[in-house]
Amino acid sequence: MKLSRFARFSIALLFVWIVLFAFLPQIMVLIASVLSKGATDFILFEPTVQNYARLFDPIYLQIFVDSLVLASVTTLLCLIIAFPFAATLARAPKAWRPLLLILVIIPFWTSSLVRTYALIALLKTKGLINAALLFLGIIDAPLELMYTQVAVFIGMVYTLLPFMILPLYAALEKIDVRLIEAASDLGAGFWSRLMRITIPLSLSGIIAGSMLVFLPALGMFYIPDLLGGAKNLIIGSFIRNQFLTFRDWPFGAAASMLLSLMMLLMVALYAYAQRRERA
Amino acid sequence: MTQPLLSLRNIQKTYNGIDVLRGFYLEIQQGEFLTLLGPSGCGKTTVLRLIGGFEGSDGGEIVMDGVRINDLPPHERTVNTVFQSYALFPHMDVFENVAFGLRMKKLGEAQIQSAVAEALEMVQLGAHERKRPSQLSGGQQQRVAIARAVVNKPRILLLDESLSALDYKLRKQMQIELKTLQRRLGITFLFVTHDQEEALSMSDRIVVMHEGRIEQVGTPKEIYEEPKTLFVANFIGEANTFTCNLIEQRQGEVLLGYEGRTFCVKTTKTPSARLTLLIRPEDLRVERRLEDVKSPNYFEAVLEQVIYKGTTIDLLLRLDNAREIMASEFYNEDSDALLYQEGERLYLYWVDGWEVLLDEAE
Ligand SMILES: Nc1ncnc2c1ncn2[C@@H]1O[C@H](COP(=O)(O)OP(=O)(O)O)[C@@H](O)[C@H]1O
Ligand SMILES: [Mg+2]
Repeated sequence: MKLSRFARFSIALLFVWIVLFAFLPQIMVLIASVLSKGATDFILFEPTVQNYARLFDPIYLQIFVDSLVLASVTTLLCLIIAFPFAATLARAPKAWRPLLLILVIIPFWTSSLVRTYALIALLKTKGLINAALLFLGIIDAPLELMYTQVAVFIGMVYTLLPFMILPLYAALEKIDVRLIEAASDLGAGFWSRLMRITIPLSLSGIIAGSMLVFLPALGMFYIPDLLGGAKNLIIGSFIRNQFLTFRDWPFGAAASMLLSLMMLLMVALYAYAQRRERA
Repeated sequence: MTQPLLSLRNIQKTYNGIDVLRGFYLEIQQGEFLTLLGPSGCGKTTVLRLIGGFEGSDGGEIVMDGVRINDLPPHERTVNTVFQSYALFPHMDVFENVAFGLRMKKLGEAQIQSAVAEALEMVQLGAHERKRPSQLSGGQQQRVAIARAVVNKPRILLLDESLSALDYKLRKQMQIELKTLQRRLGITFLFVTHDQEEALSMSDRIVVMHEGRIEQVGTPKEIYEEPKTLFVANFIGEANTFTCNLIEQRQGEVLLGYEGRTFCVKTTKTPSARLTLLIRPEDLRVERRLEDVKSPNYFEAVLEQVIYKGTTIDLLLRLDNAREIMASEFYNEDSDALLYQEGERLYLYWVDGWEVLLDEAE
């Protein structure tokens, strides 16, 4: 295949970008993770595996487990909410779809940190949600939403939902409606069609969306911090604390490497699933 | 007659304000091979989709075994469809595709195994049960689609242009196989095609459709030999049509005028003042000399072209009024047809009673 000059330039640019801003920093983190912490310097050039060994301390393991639970539940909630959303989008009249997609994407245009602060305004004791519920007489005392696990999930799901909707939409839109009709013709009701046709055929979108939600969810420390009152540490805040508060760069680097490894594993799983689907 | 298996009564269907089906009536009898025949866009697929339950009608009733089924969703109807595009499930192998309907009925595993094996044997795909649809040829996919529908023992099997995508030889072979299958299983087939030859060779009855209406219903023989409308006559096979004036009606016959000639045709009907005389090319006899013409009704024409077609020879002639006329003769070694010279004047006549009179003019 012969590539145009522009295509070659773009690929080269992308390559340099990835090497410079993703690969090299990752290598630096890897190196830092096997060195020691000095009393005055951030890093001493004394090789050690101590940083990794320390990660298996139950206190730190608990942080990992908590993060995984938070990220998993967030992913599951996003999947459940996004699926009907994306399915409706994929079956909407063709002329409407671009507009509907733009509505999904618009929130990206403001910083998610700003949107998290906006959520506080909604969730707090005298916030909009409580005011509305009180006004409608659904509750007679304000709900304690802020600084609860519920608030954290609301924040996480709200922020990450578009990342689930878009790949799901892309996968669902590709499903030939005639396959759904054929299943229906052969006696499949709504749930059978969903479980046996729609979900298997949109698996790549489900996995892609889950990864796009799960991976950032592990590191998105400011949402639990702001909405959950920093009661639970997650990996993201743990790593940040090691670098910024405790100044233990090698340990932070080791935790960071573990996180990268988990992500790598999931990407590999995704690639494997994709290959099987195509075969 | 016994109660029809399925009736469509006064069905109305509109897409975006355009009538696709208008006052559509159809009755399907138990066990017959019924074909919907008509040009592309005449509403054949729409009829199947209404029966399958994928579309709702804007009026009229669909009645199966005496019960109105208009509001029944597709998965509760006892009909199955072989889709125009096959619509095989790409993520399942051949076996699972065929087993799908049985799994939906929650049959036991052993029962499913044997029923699927039998269905695949029937379409000669037993060796391919672990392949994905994408690994099969078009003809094989076609058979999987048929097996997947037939295995459910539907009351009616709906087939939408099921053979149209196949190449000529395979299509001929599948036509025979489908017909054999239908006889053996005793399942009612509702077959859709735009190919008149396919319709004639496979069907017990043919429904000729045109712009959302039924033009004629009848056996292949009736449709071909006694077309009721000009559209049917022209759509099914080749036809020479002549617009004539009614000169005189006598006892049991009429006198027709066509471009200065008069023809005397037997009929008991009272035709309209302008009507069409229809003669199939193979019903025309060709002679060099007027003495050999054995009928008072004949044409004189100049031979323009001789087209050799293997089993038949088509003669393309032109009348004095520049009208084209076609005659076909079966080919045999000592046939005169090949000896005619282009540019030669020939006489054409037909055997009394082989013509068709239609009460409409072109
Ligand atoms: N979903 C639809 N929306 C709008 N028009 C349609 C739709 N389906 C079919 N039509 C129109 O209805 C007419 C009949 O279509 P169809 O039943 O598919 O014809 P056939 O199968 O005989 O070729 C065509 O003019 C077609 O354009
Ligand atoms: Mg069609």
